[in-house]
Order: sequence, then structure tokens, then C-alpha cells
Amino acid sequence: MHVDLHPRYADDAAATEASGLISACVHCGFCLATCPTYLDSGDERDSPRGRIYLLKQLLEAGEAGPATRRHLDRCLTCRSCETTCPSGMQYGKLLDIGRGMIETEAPRPFLERAWRRALRLVFSRPALFAMVLRPGQWLRPLLPPALARKIPAPQTVGPRPDRQHARRMLVLEGCVQGAATPATNAAATRLLDSLGISLVAAPRAGCCGAVNYHLGAHQQGLDNMRANIDAWWPEIEAGAEAIVSSATGCGSMIADYGKLLASDPAYADKAERIAQLHKDIAQVIATEGLAKLKLAPDARKIAVHVPCSQQHALGQGTAVTDILQGLGFQLAVTRDDHLCCGSAGTYSILQRERSERLRRNKLAALETDKPALIVTANVGCQLHLGEDSSVPVRHWVEFLDEVAHGGR
Amino acid sequence: MNAPPAFSKQALASALRAILPAECLVEDKESQRPFECDGLSLYRELPLLVALPETVEQVQAIMQCCHRLQVPVVARGSGTGLCAGAMPHPEGVLLGLSKLNAIMEIDPQARTARVQPGVTNLSISEAVAPHGLYYGPDPSSQIACSIGGNVAENSGGVHCLKYGLTVHNLLSVEMITAQGERVELGSSGLDSPGYDLMALVTGSEGLLGVVTAVTVKLLPLPEVARVVMAGFDSVRAAGDAVGAVIAAGIIPAGLEMMDALAVQAAEDFAHAGYPRDAQAVLLCELDGTEQEVDQHIAAVERIFTEGGATTLRVSASDAERALLWKGRKSAFPAVGRMSPDYYCMDGTIPRSQVSHVLEEISRLSTKYQLRCANVFHAGDGNLHPLIMFDGGCAEQVARAEQFGAEILELSVAVGGCITGEHGVGLEKLAQMESQFSIAELHQFEDIKHAFDPALTLNPGKGIPILKRCQEYRALPRKHQHG
Repeated sequence: MHVDLHPRYADDAAATEASGLISACVHCGFCLATCPTYLDSGDERDSPRGRIYLLKQLLEAGEAGPATRRHLDRCLTCRSCETTCPSGMQYGKLLDIGRGMIETEAPRPFLERAWRRALRLVFSRPALFAMVLRPGQWLRPLLPPALARKIPAPQTVGPRPDRQHARRMLVLEGCVQGAATPATNAAATRLLDSLGISLVAAPRAGCCGAVNYHLGAHQQGLDNMRANIDAWWPEIEAGAEAIVSSATGCGSMIADYGKLLASDPAYADKAERIAQLHKDIAQVIATEGLAKLKLAPDARKIAVHVPCSQQHALGQGTAVTDILQGLGFQLAVTRDDHLCCGSAGTYSILQRERSERLRRNKLAALETDKPALIVTANVGCQLHLGEDSSVPVRHWVEFLDEVAHGGR
Repeated sequence: MNAPPAFSKQALASALRAILPAECLVEDKESQRPFECDGLSLYRELPLLVALPETVEQVQAIMQCCHRLQVPVVARGSGTGLCAGAMPHPEGVLLGLSKLNAIMEIDPQARTARVQPGVTNLSISEAVAPHGLYYGPDPSSQIACSIGGNVAENSGGVHCLKYGLTVHNLLSVEMITAQGERVELGSSGLDSPGYDLMALVTGSEGLLGVVTAVTVKLLPLPEVARVVMAGFDSVRAAGDAVGAVIAAGIIPAGLEMMDALAVQAAEDFAHAGYPRDAQAVLLCELDGTEQEVDQHIAAVERIFTEGGATTLRVSASDAERALLWKGRKSAFPAVGRMSPDYYCMDGTIPRSQVSHVLEEISRLSTKYQLRCANVFHAGDGNLHPLIMFDGGCAEQVARAEQFGAEILELSVAVGGCITGEHGVGLEKLAQMESQFSIAELHQFEDIKHAFDPALTLNPGKGIPILKRCQEYRALPRKHQHG
């Protein structure tokens, strides 16, 4: 579709890029079929095609109001539509640009702005998030069950091995994951240790930038990315082989560092190198050899929830099932694997009702074959599904580590 | 005829507010914009109001209200149509039926399903698969298009060669008439007394009523289905091979052709393994019992080889078969990878004319200086030339439209017709006069009058309104914009 760019935006790089992206859309509507929010509402405005059209209108009219903002807000950014789109529309990229523009074109009421700012602040700073989480976890036993469910229980982490291998990889501790599910990276470290690789964290690295970037705060998001590059660079120069993430939400952001910082001369090259060095923990384990893990699968039936960031953004939809199947685990039959669970970063907080509906659907789809547990690859999905699931929801790395080492 | 009563947008909006929840009535222009076009975004118009009812009762109440106020109503399903049939009327209500998406009943014994109009074509087949059944007609947009839209356009698809169009796969429909009455057409049996109104309403493009429930016939999943894919180094050779398959007495479940440009686009998206160096690719699906399919596959392989096939592959699994179809079914939008816009034609011609018409299209492509990819249902002669253009260039748009018009007129000239399955809508109105005589068009008008005397249902689409219909011309401009 052609966009008749409004003269106001003639020199605006973001608007020009957005109108270029829209030219890939042919308005066929295939994306409606796999968009969780359209399937939920049946409303064109809550479909990828509808949102593309609203952004086309913004670019052509030179203005937009709260109506457009509301429908952009309702997008999960799961990018299921991109997997479906035959004409190669880069919807996620367009939506991020649109979200940035709409913050200035249709400013939010003060309270909403303050609330989103607070979320960005807390979720993008690991120490701050931990400060908020800890008292909640202490009080958890005293809270009514409905509220207690929302606070993840403290985890037993187990030691990280202190052996130093010649091969080293960097691990992203993440912001939410580091505080809420620290057992994941401890387990990843133990698994890679048994494969002869030291997995280490760079102390000054922080949030990957996704929280800020997807909430339209692009500058803050890019600053998060630059800070991580600065933290990782000396380690990379010292021979670290890869940057490993065990949360696919963060991983899909790191994989985009090169594109997002392409116009920053000071960081473009480094960002591209970081993006190339990024690996999800599943890629590392699959490459290094499953046989070396010497695992004896048990009889439990496992349902795999593949995060959207893993299948639609990273294009690694079968990574975890391949590993588990390769090791001989019994996988449960699931349906609608391509649909989002409703977690989607801060979506579960900002769009609670819809998020809960999507979770109900997802849990029904995962539990249809009566699995003993659900495993996933992203902290957001893990906590969100875990709140309401009738079976335990775990990171697959923790599960594998438990089978291999008894979780120690 | 009396002039319709004047009404204001405000009066209409307040009447509809009493029927619908706030979220289901779209009043402001900013929010209405995404509804201004369907799958053919070349034609755009903002409606007065968009209504998105959640129940049949609401649909009926809206229809009664619009009848009372004499407001035009345009029904819309998923908005994937390719003839601007669901383009809104500037003085009317766009009635979106996508929220009516329940599968109400599956009867595995009778092999039927009763569904609401917003249910997608593919989700019917998915829902009945556990019973070993599927719904036959499979438009390429089946992942997204709605069954209500399929009824309106009498949609076809890859498998229509053997299993028929939408009209052959329905038992009954529930419809709200222009006057707001809820009626059931057809029955649970194969025939009903009186005129066959099912055949009239199927393909009537929203001109005779608004469908609110559909009972579809289901087919048993075949014991075996396999696809033969063959590459050819000329379109003519592939076209002749199609004729040879049919002449051999084989009725494939589907027999499709893509030319070189379409193959490139489809392969870029689906990675199905189509031969990129071929000038034409044929996909031929055979289904039935193991023995029957084996025999037919051998015969088709022989015909293709004798016809000069340069590559030949038979699907070895259902996953491979699905992948081979995925590319074909995504070929229209995949052409969007090569061009910002495309204009999809729907001419249908006798099979014997395929090679001749494709050569003419290639000549027209040079004449109009626009690339054209061809994807089509070769078995039934239903062409889908995809004319590539840039919607940002008015002169190119005009050339694309002329190019398309010439293809349609050529289709009529060789003994074919202007639409095989996409409908006339707004887009092919002009060519209706090449296809039909004035007397025939008057008959169409009389049918329209019998169902919708006030001409409020999807006015201006499907049939060209001739001089006789003064009241239609009087209708639109009387109303006040809000």
C-alpha cells in the first residue's frame, strides 16, 4: 500500500521509514487469522491490518488521537502476523515506530503517563525490581490467594559452579528474570559447565532495553542497549564466544541491536557484532551436543509453550521441542501453539482483562493432553502462565538441570 | 416512487446506540478508517457508521432500523474480498459480521455443520477434522476469509474442480431480509419445494439479504491425497498438459498453475521447493483410496513427462503436500514482495483457450508496461492474473485498470466470463455490460427489486443500475453528513 506522507513528516526519518515499511502490506487480511487480539475481539481495529491502516492514516493526515493510540496499545507485539504474512511485512518494526510517534501526537493523560513511567523504571532496573519484589515475597504467605498468586514464590537457586573452562560465554541476567526466577540462569550455568563452557555475567549489564523500547520510550531503550554493549565489549575482546540469553523476550531484543543502533556511528558496528554473537540457550545446548548431557528422561508428559519471541521474532519455534524430543522426553499434544499467552512484557499489567482471557485460552490449549508440567523459554510467559495453571510451569532449562543434576 | 425520508447521522447513531454496546459502534472518522476498504484497497470510501454486532438479534434490530430510516447497509465479513464488494457506502452503515464467529453445531452423522457468518473457512475444516471430515471449497484466503463472505461471493478455491463451489456445498442459510425479517432458506434435505433460492442467494454479493447462519455440507477426509508438482519450460507446454490430464478422464482434487513470476514470489515466502527456473509450475492433487491415487499419480506423471516436464516431484507426506499448497495459496499476497500493489483479475475461460489467453496477457503486459504474474485454477480455466503497479502513481493505477479491463473483455470474447469466484462488486460493474445484454441486466434488477425494493442492500455493487432505477439515483445524495 502506498502512503501519501504528510508534508509535516517530510524530513522525519521515523515517519519516512514507517511509510516505506507499509508499502510491503497488500491489505490481504491473512494476518487477521493468527492475531490473538483480533481473534479475541473480531474488530478490524484490533488486527495487524487495522493497526497498519491506522498508522497509514497518521502518516497521511499528520495527526492522530487517542483512538489510534488505544488500538496500538492493545497490540501484544507477539509478531504472529509476521510469520503469517506472505508479502513480508515487518509489522513489529512498524509498530515500534508508531508507538514512538503516538506518544507525541496523542499525549496520554498525566496519571497514565506516570504509571507507564513507573513501570518502565521498575522493570528495566534489576535492583529496583528486586526491591519491589522481595517484600511482596515475604508477605506472600499472609496475602489472600488471589493476590498471592500474582507474586512469584521465591526459588531455590542452587550453587553456580566455580570451575573455570577455557571456553567462556556471557549470560544476560535480565531484569525481571534475575530477581524473580534466578534459578534459570543458575541451571543454565550448570548445564553449560557439564558441556565444558563457563557461563559468566558482566556485572554492569542490565535490562536488554525491551521494556522501554516497546513502551515507546525509544531513547531510554537505546540507552539500555548502549550500556549493555559497553558492559559486554571488554569481555568479548577477551574472548567470550557468545552472548547467551535464557529469556527469549530479551534475546529477540538483543538480536535486533544491530538494526536498532544502525544509525548511531559510535555503536553501530559493535551493536551488529553483538547481535551476531547472540544465542538463545537452546541454540547453545543443541549445538554443543545433547548426548554429552547424559540425561535419563522420565515418564512425565511435558507440554511445551513456545514464546512468541522465540517462534515469531527469533524464528526458532521448534528449538525446545527438538531438544526435549531428542533426549527422549514424552511431549504432550497441544494446540494453537502459534498464539500468545497474553504475557507480552508489561501487557499483562496494562491490558489485564484481555491478557487474562488469552491466558485462559492458552492454558486450555496446553493442558488438553493432561501434561504433568508445562515448560517454556521466557520468564514473562513462565510467571504469567504459572499464576493460573493447574500444573507447574517451569523454564525448560531448570527442568533439564533438575533431571541432569537434581537441580543442584 | 417516493423519495426516501431524510435522516441525519445523529438520528441514525442514536438509534444504533440503543441496539449496540459502545465498543461495537464506530462513529468517528479516525476509527472508521480501517474499514474503508476490503482486500481491494484501490477502492475506498468511509461509511456513515460502522456497526459490529455481537448477536443475530442485534443484526436484525440494525436491519429493521436501517429499513425504517431507508439507510444503505453494506455487509462485511473478514474484508478479504477482491472486488470491493464490501467497500462501505458513504451514506450507509457498514455491517461487520466478524464478531459472529461461533461454530454452533457439528453433526458428524449427517456430515453437516451449522456456523455463524464470521467463522473463517479454514476453521470449519479444523473443527470437523477430529470427525474425519472437512469443508470442500478452499479459497486461497481460507485462513482468514469468512463463510458469510464465501456465500456472498460463491467462492471457489483449489478443490472446487472436483468438489464444486460454495453453492454446491451448502444446505441452508438463515438470512435477515432488507425489511429486517429473519428467514431460513434451503433445508436439511438436498432439495426443497419451490424455487431454489439457495442458488439465487449464494453469490448475490449482499444485494438480497444479510446471511446470519450457514449450514454447510462436509466431506469425508480422503484416505490418501498426494500432490504431483511439475515444472515446465513454457506456459504453453504446461497449459497443454492440463488439457491432457482432463482429457485422460482424471478429475484431480486440484489442478493449479503458476507462472515464473508467481513461482518466485511464492517460493520466497513458503520455501516449498518450487523450481525457480521453470516458466510454469503445475500442482496436481489426486485423492481417494490408496490404489486409485497410485494409479492416477502414475498416469499424471506419464502425461507430464510426455508433455515436456523439466522437473517432477510427488509429495511423500501430508506435511510436504501442505507445504506445496502453502506456497500456492499465499501466492497473491506473496506477489506483494515484488510490487507495492497488485490488481487481481478473475476471468474464467474455456480450458482450450488457456495458452492463447496467457500469450495475450503477456502481450498486454508489454503494451501497458506493467508486470503481470499468473496464478490460476488451471483445471477449471479460472485465471488470476496479478497486475503489479504502484498505488502512489495515479497514471500507473489508470494503466493497471485498463489492463485489467482488457483481460476481462478478452475472457468474454473467447467464450468465458468476467468472474469465476471473486464476484463483481464495484470493480467489474463496467464489464457486466460486456457480459450481459440490457434485457438480462433488467432481469437482474427485477430480482433485486423483489428482495429489496428500496435498494438499500449494498447499493451500487454487483449489477449495474440502469436508467430504470430512478429511486436508486435519488437515494444517496439526500442524506446529510454528520
